[in-house]
Amino acid sequence: MSSPSFLRGGLTRRRFVTSLAAGGVATAFARPALAEVQQAGVIPAQAATQWQLTVAHTHIEIDRKSLKAPCIGGSVPAPTLRWRQGDAVEIAVTNHLKHQDTSLHWHGIRLPAQMDGVPGISFAGISPGQTFTYRFPVTQSGTYWYHGHSGMQEAQGLYGALVIDPTQPDPNACPRDYVIMLSEWTDVDPQDILNNLKMQSDYYTFRQRTAASLLPDAKAAEGVLPALKDRLAWSKMRMAATDISDVSGIIYSYLLNGQAPDTNWLGLFTPGERVRLRFINASSMTFFDVRIPGLELLVVQADGNDIEPVPVDEFRIGVAETYDVIVQPKANQAYTIFAQSEDRTGFARGTLAPRAGMSAPIPPLDPRPVRTMVDMGMGTMQPGQSMQTMLGMPSMAMPPHTPMATLPAAPGAAHGAAAPQHTHAAMPMAAAPHPTASNTIAPVPTASTPKAKPPAQPDDTMDMSGMDMSGMDMPGMDMGGMSMPSRAHASTAAHSPHAMPLSNTTSPMAHRGGHIMGHHTGPIDQAVPPATPSTAPPLLQVDDPGPPPLNVENQNIAAMPTDRLGSPGDGLEHNGRRVLTYKQLRATRPGTDSRPPTREIILHLTGNMERYIWGFNGRKFSESGPIRLKKNERVRFTLINDTMMEHPIHLHGMWSELENGQGAYQPYKHTLIAQPGSKLSYLVTADAPGMWAYHCHLMLHMDQGMFRTVIVA
Amino acid sequence: MTYHHILAAGLMLALCSGHAYSAPTTPTYHAADAPEGTPVMYVGHMPPVMDQGRYFHGIFNQLEGRYSATSTEFKWDGEAWYGGDYNKLWLKTEGTLQRGRLHDGDHELLYSRAISTYFNLQGGVRADIDDGPTRTWAAFGVQGLALYQFELQATGYVSDRGRFAARLEGSYDFLLTNRLILQPQAEVNLYTKADAGRQVGAGLSDIDTGLRLRYEIWRKFAPYIAVTYSGYLTQARTIAHSQGEKTGDLRFTFGIRSWF
Repeated sequence: MSSPSFLRGGLTRRRFVTSLAAGGVATAFARPALAEVQQAGVIPAQAATQWQLTVAHTHIEIDRKSLKAPCIGGSVPAPTLRWRQGDAVEIAVTNHLKHQDTSLHWHGIRLPAQMDGVPGISFAGISPGQTFTYRFPVTQSGTYWYHGHSGMQEAQGLYGALVIDPTQPDPNACPRDYVIMLSEWTDVDPQDILNNLKMQSDYYTFRQRTAASLLPDAKAAEGVLPALKDRLAWSKMRMAATDISDVSGIIYSYLLNGQAPDTNWLGLFTPGERVRLRFINASSMTFFDVRIPGLELLVVQADGNDIEPVPVDEFRIGVAETYDVIVQPKANQAYTIFAQSEDRTGFARGTLAPRAGMSAPIPPLDPRPVRTMVDMGMGTMQPGQSMQTMLGMPSMAMPPHTPMATLPAAPGAAHGAAAPQHTHAAMPMAAAPHPTASNTIAPVPTASTPKAKPPAQPDDTMDMSGMDMSGMDMPGMDMGGMSMPSRAHASTAAHSPHAMPLSNTTSPMAHRGGHIMGHHTGPIDQAVPPATPSTAPPLLQVDDPGPPPLNVENQNIAAMPTDRLGSPGDGLEHNGRRVLTYKQLRATRPGTDSRPPTREIILHLTGNMERYIWGFNGRKFSESGPIRLKKNERVRFTLINDTMMEHPIHLHGMWSELENGQGAYQPYKHTLIAQPGSKLSYLVTADAPGMWAYHCHLMLHMDQGMFRTVIVA
Repeated sequence: MTYHHILAAGLMLALCSGHAYSAPTTPTYHAADAPEGTPVMYVGHMPPVMDQGRYFHGIFNQLEGRYSATSTEFKWDGEAWYGGDYNKLWLKTEGTLQRGRLHDGDHELLYSRAISTYFNLQGGVRADIDDGPTRTWAAFGVQGLALYQFELQATGYVSDRGRFAARLEGSYDFLLTNRLILQPQAEVNLYTKADAGRQVGAGLSDIDTGLRLRYEIWRKFAPYIAVTYSGYLTQARTIAHSQGEKTGDLRFTFGIRSWF
């Protein structure tokens, strides 16, 4: 039970109540007790296996916004729980809410399905007056968090940090160790927020382009005409380039460890000391961009898993993500932890200082990001620019909307560290008409194929016969001159989710999958028994629904989604600071499952901002059944974000191994930001049987249908 | 190349024959598009997400006093709806109060069905109820957000007396600042036959238009000042003139746009 002495040494300020750690009754009516014993951000001195938590409504006022919050121990955030890898923990959660069920979900924790805490999926929830005891072995270590999964309690303060000590000595142990939990606080009922957004989706956006902002816009666009043109283009699409966050600082106070910027959370350090900061984004709708002016941030852990340290000045943390960073403040001065919301309508702030009472200047908010055609999935097109002009461009990426097909997965292909994971270049396209594309695709080489080796060998030829061009019928577009003869190997196609599926052209089945492109009732292509000897690599069954329909629930099709893993995100590019990107995340340990995927599930993230409906493939949760995975199946999930917003996608119960080019060392995450207009993929080993939740962690998006049940059996 | 032609031909064939090619064991849906009916036993029959909520909203786009040297009137134009993402019950009402008399009363109760990204199909009944003779109509139309974010309503009507009518209404919000919004708005009515009792003429019958400058103190509460014009056109103009009514008036207007 005891933590290493070097850890304990730095934790002198912790006065964690031992009765709690020993499974006592401290939390039953623990408001004063806990408030005294656990200062927000401070980690309990020791890990414990027995916990008693009580969820009750408590009147809490932060930043002059008062709320009867459903929270634990009367505090927001809830107490930090410290566990130890290898222990079995037992958490008894009692519901003291008057008329509401509650639940706690252990975010990112691998556990038996019935302990996951999602009402309806894992268990029945905890009704008023009842106690539910979660019991599960802790098999992992790192920084995680827990939150309510009932109603909208997670938006009202029902969230807390989890710190799990590794059994091995922690390579990132620091004499000072703080949790930095970022969240929002408002006295507006989340149901009212949703209600308002249903009536007017820009209800909380007061940073739109206006007549008054035309001059500055024109300055930025180098001319009034380009600025106006851009506005017209967005207006024509019935979207707003200034649509960054659905809910903004107009009603939110952004909190750091439960403290508003004014009250300024304080973390003490001794100059020269290494300080570990465990950042957790526990907000329901807000992405934060975090930096500490004057300090380099050494990112050492992402979503609870150690990564090769990356020195940065700033990082974006999506809802539900965690990042551990180490800083080493040398000067005898205060430093501001500055976390501005992505839409720049506010910030959370805290201070690291050698002594209480010190503070450092607060930097100004950056300019708010403006969405571009990249966010619309239009590649590098400028607004108003037609596809026609794009087609001649060297960097043109192929539309991803490819038929379902079966292709051999090269062993180890997914782990080829050196291989570029997201190449668009090598894609031969055979001439073939498609029923929905009236144009015949003529094989005219484009400038993008320096490595082209035409004519393609028969078994190098990708089958484009089922390719659906319907998603590309943009005004002014002409597919006539489009073609991409070039060279591709099975292995390239197999490990690159961007490559066109390669069909086994000897198999009629491979083509059967193709023709149902874009139709949601089409059959799933089955893995074709390989004609080759049994030593051949397993086949990759690609489940591609094709471009989502433009319908009531979907507003946009990302015709040319791009790989944005190398981008820090909208509003952070070229800001003069080193900002963390997903490409930089490299695990310190190789992955545990080196099998190549046998199935690829392509999912489109879709939505209609105007009607405020969200979903996958143009359908919300209630209109679709579960995603079924076979036990121990190795699956690639490919996400194409057709919307113009970021979505933090969270799969419960299993790791999401981000295919970011780090090969065997690709990072294990529980929540992945899908950037607008982007395409990314990750591997999942379906090793956790049962029913799980899979959803966008923007709470209102989840609530409005960007949610699926995953069944592993 | 010929090989691909064969493939293409096969593809066409496959398309024509629908699902004939589906092997019986093949699932017929994509991973994330399993049919709703796919049995999932949720614990306690409690779906984890309630994305089929119903909402109730109402708005007064116009709630205003119109003033000119010769006449003054009070005008309202509002709507309310209740329902979910696809199906709603929609109530629209407008009317004018002038010297204690109710004019241009138009009330519609519609079923609204979302049919596309931005448009709803609406059908129901319209009743012209005011101090004039009452008329009832069947109504059918569309409402939504047109290109360039124009709010648009186009409705066709057929009356109990077998007459036809149409109404076209549009507005646009120019953001001067994020709270100061200039909104041009216009509504025109067309009829196939004259109805002198209601000052209605065949063809383009009347227009009601305004340029409103509102300030959103709060999203749901925005006072405005405006210039409005309402008047009769073509044949209706003659009818109104013969009845001693004013045929059109430009008025200084102020009012409140509010919603819940």
